Amino acid sequence: MTTIAALGHADLRRLMDLQLGDEKHTPSATSTLDVIWVLYDRILRVHPDRTDDPDRDRFLLSKGHGPMAYYAVLAAKGFIGVETLRTFGRYDSPLGHHPDRNLVPGVEISSGSLGHGLGIAVGMALGLRARKSAARVFCLVGDAELDEGSNHEAIVFAGRARLDNLAVVAVDNRSSSYGWPGGLAARFALEGWSTTTVDGRDHAALERAFGVEHVGRPHAVVAVVESKA
Amino acid sequence: MRERFYVTAEELVGADERIAVVLADIGTGRMPDAERAHADRVINVGIREQLMVGVAAGLAMTGFRPIVHSFAPFAVERPFEMLKIDLGHNDVGAIVVSVGASYDTAVYGRTHQSPEDVALLSALPGWRIYVPGHPTEADQLLRAAARTDERVYLRLSDQSNQLARPIAPGRLHLERRGRDATVIATGPLLDPTLEATADLDVTVLYMTTARPFDADTLRASLTGDLVVLVEPYLAGTSSAEVASALADEPHRIAAIGVPNVEHRKYGTWQEHNAAHGLDARGIRARVLRALSRDA
Repeated sequence: MTTIAALGHADLRRLMDLQLGDEKHTPSATSTLDVIWVLYDRILRVHPDRTDDPDRDRFLLSKGHGPMAYYAVLAAKGFIGVETLRTFGRYDSPLGHHPDRNLVPGVEISSGSLGHGLGIAVGMALGLRARKSAARVFCLVGDAELDEGSNHEAIVFAGRARLDNLAVVAVDNRSSSYGWPGGLAARFALEGWSTTTVDGRDHAALERAFGVEHVGRPHAVVAVVESKA
Repeated sequence: MRERFYVTAEELVGADERIAVVLADIGTGRMPDAERAHADRVINVGIREQLMVGVAAGLAMTGFRPIVHSFAPFAVERPFEMLKIDLGHNDVGAIVVSVGASYDTAVYGRTHQSPEDVALLSALPGWRIYVPGHPTEADQLLRAAARTDERVYLRLSDQSNQLARPIAPGRLHLERRGRDATVIATGPLLDPTLEATADLDVTVLYMTTARPFDADTLRASLTGDLVVLVEPYLAGTSSAEVASALADEPHRIAAIGVPNVEHRKYGTWQEHNAAHGLDARGIRARVLRALSRDA
């Protein structure tokens, strides 16, 4: 009998390297690698056999760019086959340079155009709360993605709606053209969010940040990684 | 139609726990019982129309049937990419219910006029577009939409026909059979079209479902080779649908509707209809001109 060894964090770079053709977005992909790994490895209540469980946690890769890290984690966790990674970007591949929820098991939203995921995440959080589900919504945005005004419609409203089943992780690699004076966390805190800023490469710190209690408030984790430059 | 919408939507929220209403300030306070009893499903996001559509998509992804509501420019044009991506590309449904039509609130000027809404949504795949001509039809179409998970656009207007017709969602209604030409009257333009053609020997089809276009009924009812398309939004919005339906039939199309110009007039929708030839007199002139070329 052939057994397949479980894949871990150490395998992710190799899995990313199987995906060729979007090198332009390699910094984007690598910036999110540890955050997505910690979420899938330690935080999210999801399983590849139950991708339609109504009470699963939801992870939304809002920025969509550079999904090589995302696909690598999904492969490591059994949502997609490792061999599928080699098809990245091909005409008939399920794995595009921006993800499509209708093609990839476990992918919650089709993304790529910036500034869409957080609004959908707010709707999901409202829906899950109305259904009295214990499921949580985690939405990953980039610091440059936050330039899009639509995010701020969602940030303001989520604070007022006290959506404590919603968490945003803002991966900050200083790629926003005009930056965020006072830091990204301040933008969320102003609207009533709980905030934590951590080293986006420190798995233990990320795990603690996602575990912060935030009763009655949405939670923003600012994950600082090396600059894009 | 607008008042009837609030009554029906409130009833649907109370009767079906899948129904959610997402507002962006427009329409708040108009469904007081539902807003009070089902505050978790009647959601006002403030003046944030991009969020309004995103929230609807998220609700749909968690098992709800969202109704999104605002003025047409703010329900269709401002969040257009959210309609395309959050709903369309993600492949989830919602019912977008607009008021204001092409120029119901003409006095507010171009910012509140939306004669291009149906053309815009027609450019996206998978949308069902309803253009009722009477409050009873609007009620019927909203209830029909609520029973599905489709992407539906329901275009409400101040202008209304005197009587509701026994319409069937998705179908053209045969209003009158004639011999010389086929006239397709859309939504609230049925009454002026009937007045305009009262003494003309033409078939009149009544369209309340603009998309998907009912090619079968048009082909079955085709009279002569002239099709006059009367639409209360951008002229020619459905011309390609008619041409496609009749691709193997010799035909001509006269498209009557709102011209594609930068509108800078205020006043009332009645004045705009008259200016654009969408009152009975204007429609008659266009139909007669098209028929004369037939002779």
